[in-house]
Amino acid sequence: MKAPLHYVLHLADSNLVLAQRLGEWVGHAPALEEDLGLANVSLDLLGQARLLLAYAGELEGKGRDEDQLAFLREESQYLNLTLVEQPNGDFARTIVRQFLFDAWQSGLCEALQHSRDARLAAIAAKALKETRYHLRYSGGWLVRLGDGTEASHRRAQEALERLWPYVDELFASEALDREVAGAGLGPDPAALEPAWSARVNEVLAQATLARPAHAPHPWHGKQGRHGEHLGYLLAEMQSLHRAHPGARW
Amino acid sequence: MSANRDWPLYEIFIRARSGLDHKHVGSLHATDARMAIEHARDLYTRRQEGVSIWAVRSADIVASDPAEADALFEPARDKVYRHPTFYDIPEEVKTL
Repeated sequence: MKAPLHYVLHLADSNLVLAQRLGEWVGHAPALEEDLGLANVSLDLLGQARLLLAYAGELEGKGRDEDQLAFLREESQYLNLTLVEQPNGDFARTIVRQFLFDAWQSGLCEALQHSRDARLAAIAAKALKETRYHLRYSGGWLVRLGDGTEASHRRAQEALERLWPYVDELFASEALDREVAGAGLGPDPAALEPAWSARVNEVLAQATLARPAHAPHPWHGKQGRHGEHLGYLLAEMQSLHRAHPGARW
Repeated sequence: MSANRDWPLYEIFIRARSGLDHKHVGSLHATDARMAIEHARDLYTRRQEGVSIWAVRSADIVASDPAEADALFEPARDKVYRHPTFYDIPEEVKTL
């Protein structure tokens, strides 16, 4: 069985956009060791995105490869979660965004590795090992920041408040999600919420951070309707390929 | 890049394969033990260099004083009889 094209694109795009965001830290992280740490996470996500985009290209059947899908689609054709396109902000905001995503992605991959789409299941099983490390990394940092100095605690709490409105979209079940879940191809996003909540609450408690109040989501990144930030990110990411089509190292 | 000036230094030891010793591979800065392991993983095992990591705070390592090198190591120089090179090894012994 094969998953619908737009479902695979949604998964790929969330990884790709977040990988690009994390890549923006290279050369700018607060410490040389963190430069490498963030780049490692970025490259893991990019690797997953490549596998998913290559698969999406096959599902589409128009001969487009991973590069064409990554570099030649418009903003409205990107189906990533709105959370991952949010700017890096300070280090605390990057870590909070990463932690919220990692906790979601580890739950997703745990379910997706049992997908009836064998290709998707294999990609999820590989990604799960990587994302578990990412969660350890971002969770560790969140505790360090939240339970650190007065300034680091304040910044971490501010980052949580700022990013929390994008959380709702992680668990929003849309028609495509229900179709995927009904066919046993992937989890219903809503079903991932309880385990995610438990994981997040545990780390927030250790970090002495307060969980923000629930905010209903006005965001539809999964449907290709994005905020103001994605266009700039894509412009930077795609400029080289658009100026020099097919360029290789 | 200098924000971690105050982070303690850790010495990192990597075991390349099961059965081998941990070998010193370098040092890094980290705020705590958990971060030291994560940084070591990212810095020193990204090309499959190892299966196990030890991290030790550099400050906890007791080192010999280079100024005492003569007193510590010179006396061994003229005691070649401590090397087991004066034995006839039977041919049947393959691995020694």
